Amino acid sequence: MMMINIVGLAIIALIIWWFWLYKPDQTVTDSNEVLIEVKNGVYSPASIKVNANQPVTLKFLRKDESPCSEVLLIPSLDISEQLTLNEVTPIHLENVPQGEHTFHCQMQMYRGVLTVV
Amino acid sequence: MNNPATEQQLIIEGAGCASCVGKIETALKNTQGVERAEMNFADRTVLVSGTAETEALITAVESAGYNAKALNDSHGSDALDEKEAADWSYYKKLIRDTVIALSLGIPLMIYGLLIGEMTVETTFQRGAWLVVGLLTLGVMYFSGKHFYVGAWNSLKNHSANMDTLIALGTGTAWVYSMLVVFIPDVFPLMARHVYFEATAMIIGLIDLGLALELKARGKTSEAIKRLIGLQAKTATVIRDNKEVQIAIEQVLLNDVIKVRPGEKVPVDGVVVEGHTSIDESMLTGEPMPVEKEQDDEVVAGALNKSGMILFKATRVGKDTALAQIITMVKRAQNSKPPIGRLADVISAYFVPVVMIISVLSALAWLNFGPEPAVAFAIVSATTVLIIACPCALGLATPMSVMVGVGKAAEAGVLIRNGEALQTASKITAMVLDKTGTITEGTPKVTDIILANTNDEKTALQLAASLESGSEHPLAMAIVESAKDQGIELIKTEGFNAVTGMGVEGRCEGKALLFGNSKLMAKKEVDIGNYSEKAQALAKEAKTPMYFAVDGQLAAIIAVADPIKPDSVSAIKRLQANGIRVIMLTGDNKETAAAVAKKAAISEFFAEVLPEDKANKVQELQQQGDVVGMTGDGINDAPALALADVGFAIGTGTDVAIESADITLMRGSLHGLADAIAVSKATLRNIKQNLFGAFIYNVAGIPFAAGVLYPFFGVLLSPVIAGAAMAFSSLTVVSNANRLRLFKAKDH
Repeated sequence: MMMINIVGLAIIALIIWWFWLYKPDQTVTDSNEVLIEVKNGVYSPASIKVNANQPVTLKFLRKDESPCSEVLLIPSLDISEQLTLNEVTPIHLENVPQGEHTFHCQMQMYRGVLTVV
Repeated sequence: MNNPATEQQLIIEGAGCASCVGKIETALKNTQGVERAEMNFADRTVLVSGTAETEALITAVESAGYNAKALNDSHGSDALDEKEAADWSYYKKLIRDTVIALSLGIPLMIYGLLIGEMTVETTFQRGAWLVVGLLTLGVMYFSGKHFYVGAWNSLKNHSANMDTLIALGTGTAWVYSMLVVFIPDVFPLMARHVYFEATAMIIGLIDLGLALELKARGKTSEAIKRLIGLQAKTATVIRDNKEVQIAIEQVLLNDVIKVRPGEKVPVDGVVVEGHTSIDESMLTGEPMPVEKEQDDEVVAGALNKSGMILFKATRVGKDTALAQIITMVKRAQNSKPPIGRLADVISAYFVPVVMIISVLSALAWLNFGPEPAVAFAIVSATTVLIIACPCALGLATPMSVMVGVGKAAEAGVLIRNGEALQTASKITAMVLDKTGTITEGTPKVTDIILANTNDEKTALQLAASLESGSEHPLAMAIVESAKDQGIELIKTEGFNAVTGMGVEGRCEGKALLFGNSKLMAKKEVDIGNYSEKAQALAKEAKTPMYFAVDGQLAAIIAVADPIKPDSVSAIKRLQANGIRVIMLTGDNKETAAAVAKKAAISEFFAEVLPEDKANKVQELQQQGDVVGMTGDGINDAPALALADVGFAIGTGTDVAIESADITLMRGSLHGLADAIAVSKATLRNIKQNLFGAFIYNVAGIPFAAGVLYPFFGVLLSPVIAGAAMAFSSLTVVSNANRLRLFKAKDH
């Protein structure tokens, strides 16, 4: 029984580490265009790093049929866009303040972050 | 005529290899008017700059052996059709998945309930359950693949969503059952139970829930569909003296466009020829058609009722008032009021927390549960994963905002964002600017009292002829009044403005004087007891002026800015809702008092300079009021910005829709009461949704974990959990849909 409890607690520790403590690698881009696929429940890449003072266009290509994926929000930049299925929706950003700007669907099930450094 | 140089983006279909890029770019560059063409192979788009028409570009790509279409303008009805088609295809897929899953799940469940225990005790049972297990695997692949792929992808991405919970829940039930089939001896006799029916039923029910939710979601965006549907698809343009029917996207600034009766106005513009009445009700909520003649503005989306007109395009594409309204409504529909922020924070942590609770629940059963503890642990862990519904929580706010903002737009009320929506529901004091808000904003002749003559027409003709030389707003009111009555003006001579008193001149040999009592006294015109009549008019918020012909008083002409016909009923509506209504005006106290009395307003501030309006708003806020400020959006900008909610009021295109938190598309103050009513209804709906979603999860998760078992011996079945989960988000969307029934009060 002790062993099972240890395994259970280890799973809990793993959940905490995997979902909350782990910091994933970011897609660093010098280009002024980033293609983000919306597919199978995720944005890919979901973590993007860009330089401040560099205009950037996030091109969202929605391949996910789920209605959850149809709205993209970047609350800190007051942006909300309807993503059309199988089409690219470009979002042009200029003079974005430094820091982390999360982007997500209406229900926050699809999540990503744009880091401006 | 050439297009101005622009950038256009096309989506290329059928470009499977990188070498296609060169072919497509060359084909485009060889097209007349193309300056630059760059293809992005990654997303199959090509950016073209130059003056070429979209059709020419598409033809060029087609001639190179590929298909192309313009990157859709998200306002377009084509984009909407595509979305509906995509939704419909996804709906059919979900229904097919549901049928497959339930075709296995329902018979299995009936078998379990009516015929026998779903246990593995004999070799025959092992064989039979193995077949069922493989069939369930088929269901998981055909009907539930999207959950597993989604879960795996988000797991790789260090995020978790609804797919994660469903995949883990159904996966755990299936893996456990297969272990029982393959190695039954490892499990105690009582724990040799299979849960294939749970896996198949949960997948079927959740697919069904998603399908129904998709249908219900479609209804939440009805308002925006209606707005988009107002756009005409084509326009009849006069080019080189010929009528040409072109797509609306190709209409250029200054094009002259013909609109026949029954047709929609395709873009914004100014009438250059013709006379008609136009129905702008879908745009402004104003039910009465508006008369339009030369130099009047027309807006895209309005319906031409009676005559044929030619008008010059002044705003096209995304610059038309309708396109801006659609953009604003869409943006507002996707924004969240502060009340939804807690749900957002919870949503972000929800799934991992549920996974932890699931593990803890399994551990609790294994440590303290009765036999078969393993089976209880598996059931409770699975049920916790399945019953938890982050979607209901996540959908609670956006669905209601979507419907509420859309409903307001239908009534001609444009709400900028969720925050404005929430604050509008809490307004306790409403400050109204007088001129143009409570009143029409354009002075009109209200009374003509004749003296020493019976000929009103001649008196007005002479007075208007004299005043036509003046640019004073009151003079313009008199000239307008004469024109309205079809009175022709006569040439005047010797026009002279007497500063602070009035004007004088000669017409048809007669000496004319028009002005205040000081002018009459200066020119020794006897006004007798008419001064009392003038004072009585002044007390009614009118400005009386004397008109004398050849040294004899001919008339008193009173001019006033009349109160809008429905201002009083709208103000009473606000007051009936417990809102303090306060009037601000730069006018003197007497006029202000008279207008306030007529408008049923007991609190007013007179002689307020424009820059002091903001201070008055601040004073009210310091008294603890949540203040709404209503003005024309231009002169009142500082006060509008400082107020908790700024309302810009106007008619049709006059409204600066970017200048306020809430814009009333028609001039009526009933829009204020409508805006507050719809905000309150939406907030009430959000609260119901949030309450329901919180209670569902807070009660459902412990119930699924088995907290009732020690007291009542009840443990929830994962199938029931699956049904509850599937229908909880459907309930939220359906409740939000109830808002569609909201009706602004008749007025």
